[in-house]
Amino acid sequence: MAEIAIKGVAKRFGGFTALHQVNLAIADQEFMVLLGASGCGKTTLLRIVAGLETPSQGEVWIGGRRVDHLPPRERGIAMVFQNYAVFPHLTVFENIAFGLRMKKLPQADVERRVNRTAELMHIEQLLKRYSGQLSGGQRQRVAVARALAMEPDVILMDEPLSNLDALLRLEMRAELKGVLAASKTTTIYVTHDQVEAMSLADRIAVMHQGRIVQAASPVEVYRNPAARFVGSFIGNPPMNFIPATKAGNGSWSVAGLTLPGPKSDKQKIEFAIRPEDVDAGSEGLHATVRVIEPLGPHTLVTCDVEGGLFRAILESNASVKVGEQLRLAPKPDRVRWFDPETTNAL
Amino acid sequence: MSAVTQTPAAASADARKAGDWLLIATVILLGVWVLLPIYLLIVNALSSPEQVTAFPKRFFPAFDTGSLSFFINFAGVARALWNSVLVATLTMILSIGFGAPAGYALSRFDFPGKGTFRFLVLMTRAFPLPLLALPLAVMFIRTGLDDTAIGLALVHTTLALPFAVLITFSLFSGIPVELEEAAWTLGCTRLQAFRKVILPLALPGIAASAVFAFTISWNEVFAAAVLTIENRTLTAFLLQSLGESPLYLKFAGGAALVVPALIFIFAVRKYLFAMWGIANR
Repeated sequence: MAEIAIKGVAKRFGGFTALHQVNLAIADQEFMVLLGASGCGKTTLLRIVAGLETPSQGEVWIGGRRVDHLPPRERGIAMVFQNYAVFPHLTVFENIAFGLRMKKLPQADVERRVNRTAELMHIEQLLKRYSGQLSGGQRQRVAVARALAMEPDVILMDEPLSNLDALLRLEMRAELKGVLAASKTTTIYVTHDQVEAMSLADRIAVMHQGRIVQAASPVEVYRNPAARFVGSFIGNPPMNFIPATKAGNGSWSVAGLTLPGPKSDKQKIEFAIRPEDVDAGSEGLHATVRVIEPLGPHTLVTCDVEGGLFRAILESNASVKVGEQLRLAPKPDRVRWFDPETTNAL
Repeated sequence: MSAVTQTPAAASADARKAGDWLLIATVILLGVWVLLPIYLLIVNALSSPEQVTAFPKRFFPAFDTGSLSFFINFAGVARALWNSVLVATLTMILSIGFGAPAGYALSRFDFPGKGTFRFLVLMTRAFPLPLLALPLAVMFIRTGLDDTAIGLALVHTTLALPFAVLITFSLFSGIPVELEEAAWTLGCTRLQAFRKVILPLALPGIAASAVFAFTISWNEVFAAAVLTIENRTLTAFLLQSLGESPLYLKFAGGAALVVPALIFIFAVRKYLFAMWGIANR
């Protein structure tokens, strides 16, 4: 049992605040992904959980034990680093055995656990090699095997796939998901790749400028972004935003269309919709087609709506021409509204 | 039009040619500057005493060990040689003992005054030893350190320490900090991580730095001459007996000093270049 609780953790580097009072609870065996652009504080948060960085304030609890004053070795964690950190002077076998030897396990146990994890990561045939004789993908496997062999309560991963080429990344992603689910450890996984986050996570914590903006399941984060940033960061192409003006009590005028929306005192709010949640029809948002990109399964159409860019994903047999006027009808249940001042969802 | 475009091309080709010649000439000059004395030293050291004083000189050494054996058996040489090795070894131990931790700290920790500290480390080399020698000698006599191996080793350590710090600094900087962090997460204390991960990786470079410290002490003559009387090192001994000793003894002694130093420096040259790379940054 190793649930993790991050309570009011803040980190300042000199005058720069990397983390503002972050709170996050991670359930036992949960796969939590910290997602954000570079410099958003996700790696700093991971390193604070690992004990490689001390928080300026706040508490870190792992398995009901407060650990923020403990060194990394006493926290029951294992970590996989972005550059793998495979010890170059040791064989693959000794790398995986390193932590077990530190625990002073008997030789027979060490061999059993090394062989088992090596088999799990498909590197049995590499055990006698040195890191210099391995490819990037193989090193990555060694790093994961080394962490798994520790049988930790918590595995921390810092962008473990970002140094691999695209094809290998796809393969390792699926494999990691299977292996980690089977290992029944709690996982915190840091990435800037939204596809990786969506495909791996039980829950995604989206981070922006040192804060967690939203922590929810991948579908929830995608469908119901809690803030404008989440909608614009997740999804490729991202969510479309159009200014909306008040047309009555609970109805808003958006690009020539009047839609039912939230009740608000404000005169101007923002209308938002995902590119795939519009249909070309006889009624809808007034749009002028600018660019057409056929992508195979569907066609990406970039239009002008209210003087701003609007991307729509239409069926590939939709016959549109550049310069044409379109009516894009938003699916009513997929429309979201944001407060332009706080940027939070309404 | 074509004449206009050709002329600068031709001129630049000429300039390049001239530059090439200048480079070659400089290389030859520097090569001769360094290699000629060593060549003369080796030729004469490997000749018999009669050949050394004879004229014209031989181009190739006779491989006669007469001079060298005379030098080895010369009264006091064995003792001076032993002193040199002792002082150099002590210098080596002291400079690595102090220099490696300093290099580690510089590469791994951010602390106020780090830049100043690095600068000061180099600054210690800016004080000419003759300036310090007299007060140092007085201080050594007061504390009883004069004419001892450890006393001289302390002075030599001061000379070697900046290099030890800079070489080990570049060495530790070249080892990714993640390796250490990985060791911590795998159950190591800071000390264990250093011993099990960093040290094995840094050892060749540390050895090189140690050899360099040894060589600095081995070659040093001024402090050795001022601070020792009975327990002369080889350099100080040769300096003292230079006036009255025959020519072939000087050549043999010179070779005995230069050859080990050359071999040592050649062995560790890779790490010295790394140090300059860092120091120039």
